[in-house]
Amino acid sequence: MEGSAIAAAPRVLAAGPGARRRRAVNRLMEAVSTLAAGLAVAVLGLVVVSVVVKAAPAISFRFITTNPQISPFGANTGGIANSIVGSLILVALATAMSVPVAVLIAIYTTEFAGGRIGALIRFALDLLNGVPTIVTGLFVFGILVLGARQSGWAGAIALAIIELPIVARSAQEVLALVPSSLREAGLALGLRRWRIVLRIVLPTALGGLITGSVLGVARVAGETAPLLFTTSTFSNLGLTTSPSQALPNIPITIFGLSESAAPSDHAQAWAASLVLILFVLLLSVVARALHERSRRRIRE
Amino acid sequence: MSSTERPLRPEPSRPAAIRELPRPAVGHSVELRDLNAYYGQRHAIKGIDITFAPNEVTAIIGPSGSGKSTVVRCINRMHEEVPGARVEGSVLLDGEDVYDPRVDVTQVRRLIGMVFQKPNPFPTMSIFDNVASGLKLAGTRGAELRERVDRSLRAVGLWDEVSDRLGAPGVSLSGGQQQRLCIARTIAVEPEVILMDEPCSALDPVATLRIEELMAELKQRYTIVIVTHNMQQAARVADTTAFMLDGQLVEHGETTKIFTTPDDERTERYVTGKFG
Amino acid sequence: MWLLSCLAGWAAVALLIWIAETIFNGASPAISRFGLGFIGSRVWNPNAAGGIGSFGALDFLYGTLVSSFIALLIATPMAIAIAIYLTELAPRAIRRPVAILVELLAAIPSVILGLWGILILGPFLGKHLEPFLKSFLGWIPLFSGTPSPYGMLNAAVILTIMALPIITAITREVFESAPGELKEGSYALGATRWEMVRMVMLPVARPGIVGAVILGLGRAFGEAIAVTQVIGNATQIKASLFAAGGTLAAQIANSYQSANPGLGQASLIYLAAILLVISLIVNVVARLYVRRVRVR
Repeated sequence: MEGSAIAAAPRVLAAGPGARRRRAVNRLMEAVSTLAAGLAVAVLGLVVVSVVVKAAPAISFRFITTNPQISPFGANTGGIANSIVGSLILVALATAMSVPVAVLIAIYTTEFAGGRIGALIRFALDLLNGVPTIVTGLFVFGILVLGARQSGWAGAIALAIIELPIVARSAQEVLALVPSSLREAGLALGLRRWRIVLRIVLPTALGGLITGSVLGVARVAGETAPLLFTTSTFSNLGLTTSPSQALPNIPITIFGLSESAAPSDHAQAWAASLVLILFVLLLSVVARALHERSRRRIRE
Repeated sequence: MSSTERPLRPEPSRPAAIRELPRPAVGHSVELRDLNAYYGQRHAIKGIDITFAPNEVTAIIGPSGSGKSTVVRCINRMHEEVPGARVEGSVLLDGEDVYDPRVDVTQVRRLIGMVFQKPNPFPTMSIFDNVASGLKLAGTRGAELRERVDRSLRAVGLWDEVSDRLGAPGVSLSGGQQQRLCIARTIAVEPEVILMDEPCSALDPVATLRIEELMAELKQRYTIVIVTHNMQQAARVADTTAFMLDGQLVEHGETTKIFTTPDDERTERYVTGKFG
Repeated sequence: MWLLSCLAGWAAVALLIWIAETIFNGASPAISRFGLGFIGSRVWNPNAAGGIGSFGALDFLYGTLVSSFIALLIATPMAIAIAIYLTELAPRAIRRPVAILVELLAAIPSVILGLWGILILGPFLGKHLEPFLKSFLGWIPLFSGTPSPYGMLNAAVILTIMALPIITAITREVFESAPGELKEGSYALGATRWEMVRMVMLPVARPGIVGAVILGLGRAFGEAIAVTQVIGNATQIKASLFAAGGTLAAQIANSYQSANPGLGQASLIYLAAILLVISLIVNVVARLYVRRVRVR
């Protein structure tokens, strides 16, 4: 190709200015990004594997089904059955209290309230979500425990306050996804507003609402701080099921065991953690899977 | 292209400005040899052979879905950025295959620039920084950078309009100005070929005319390939026209011939508006 | 229906106000006694002034800020890198799984992370990482103290693990909404992938990333349990990251049961009030940058 030898235009096969360095930088950054992702996943794996491995000595069917039996030296030769039951009760109560209110709030902001009121309530929910859980625990302590005593109700209410904005936010998203054509169809049939919500909107959104509740449960099941002042000192080592008393629960049990110096306590802490982490991770994964499915279904 | 056909003429641009750019020794040709392109399983471009002559404007026309955009995206290797997309065959820039495995794809894209359908100035950058963006990648700095940015802005006729606000955001310009900004950005890195994918379809007629005038000047420096669905535009700006249908090249020749006495019956049906 | 839901809606607002009111009420004995000087005071002595006690928040404020900022210093670049990986580099098939795995980090209950911090991370830090850092960087005050399994560094690492998923998730969302035509524009100029990220994605995503970081900060500020498990709970301010310390949240968790009623408890609630105010401000500021506050 004569003429192309004249100065100027670089050729395709010739490298451009600084090309090798730019390629190297690009490859470096790609490696760093991949490494970062790998590191994050590795940490997750590390924590989960640690729990599983360290729990092995103490975990057993007996551990899950027996109540604590404290030996003369202070070690627990039994299990954590009462904590498991207590946690289930606390979470169930919290969910029973928060989900209906959350759904109602979501209905209000999506179906009834005007733009500005809706924005205000959304703002309040965001702030509520941002309140540190220990402050929430302190709040419930102040209004329910002070002057009285700890109770499962106090713990459940603290958890409910934390669960509320999570479920409400999710419910708002889900309700907003329900196509307005459905609501209009209801109006065209002459149905009253509340009937439309009850008979048309809610059933359509049901899947997503359930998912949101599962997310809320997954979150509060693992919370310790709100229970610290409300249901942490247990008078009875046996099974307690009445919420009017302080209910033993897994997070506080783990917390207490983690602060101890005895290795046997540590092993039990790991075992209790295994139970808790399996529960929470399973719920989280299930909630996420349902999330995608229900969103797709609503759009159809 | 006589001036009587253009009643709405904006203030005259400065054709002399294009001559301020460095003059290449020879023009650059692009040849596609047995080019095939796939989107996953879909065979979008079926065996195209065509040569784009140096310093000419070639228009590619055809109905929607004929593969016009895909073809030009194969020329500057943008097609392969789509997940699952694949190219077979060769694209030769002055005889060198841009798909040669030894070739650095970023160098290809510097030499073969592209202007898109929707003007896409970088929103977080000023007018100056937009034009300079490609240059900065190559390491150009300081006085040389400023000089090349100025030259590019003049070459596209934007200098008079923006010289007092080079620091303003690129997106603060009108649609037509934004597109000229994108063209300035493209020529700042001194490409050899400029691909334009329906560059005026998002613009008003006045802005469109300005860019068509610009094309006539730009072809003195660059080889231009323009995809357009607007046959009148092709008739106005292109020296050569190629007609594509269903991923295949139907006919390719001098523009006047394509529009008046095409060889292929399908071409005739298209240019007379019988379909597409 | 309307009435019920309307009540529920306003109940949320009322609840928020009630929480604030209760906390500030509980703190009022301490507020009236120490005033705003409490925030700048380093003394935390339950036995001073004849058993009534003299209290100040500074040590814990310092701990909260330092542990959280270090956590974010580590978490933010890492989160951006992970988001880049997930949106640009990862093979399509593993994008969702990896994204979910990173988000699952946020699902780990904090007490379990704290347990892990005490029994696994702590010994690693105390016996390996901290002596290593000290040998190379010991001339910097940050790395000068005695290596220990408990301390500011341990807390910072734990907080990093907690903040990372939040920042990653929001950053990834913002990256995914970057307009494709801008990315194409930069590729067409001959940019490499990293150059495209620098030219287009990072600038466009900047407001979102800032909001994400602020939200991560809020998360770190408020964490009580895991921090109190690993930070050593000492009322002190030391330059070294290896030293023990305290944060607002951790101190509340740590001392409440043993606080003497009256001024002692009120001072702890004063700490909670400060924490509440900080958290609310952080949340409001984050909202300016991130339209939708992501529910964890």
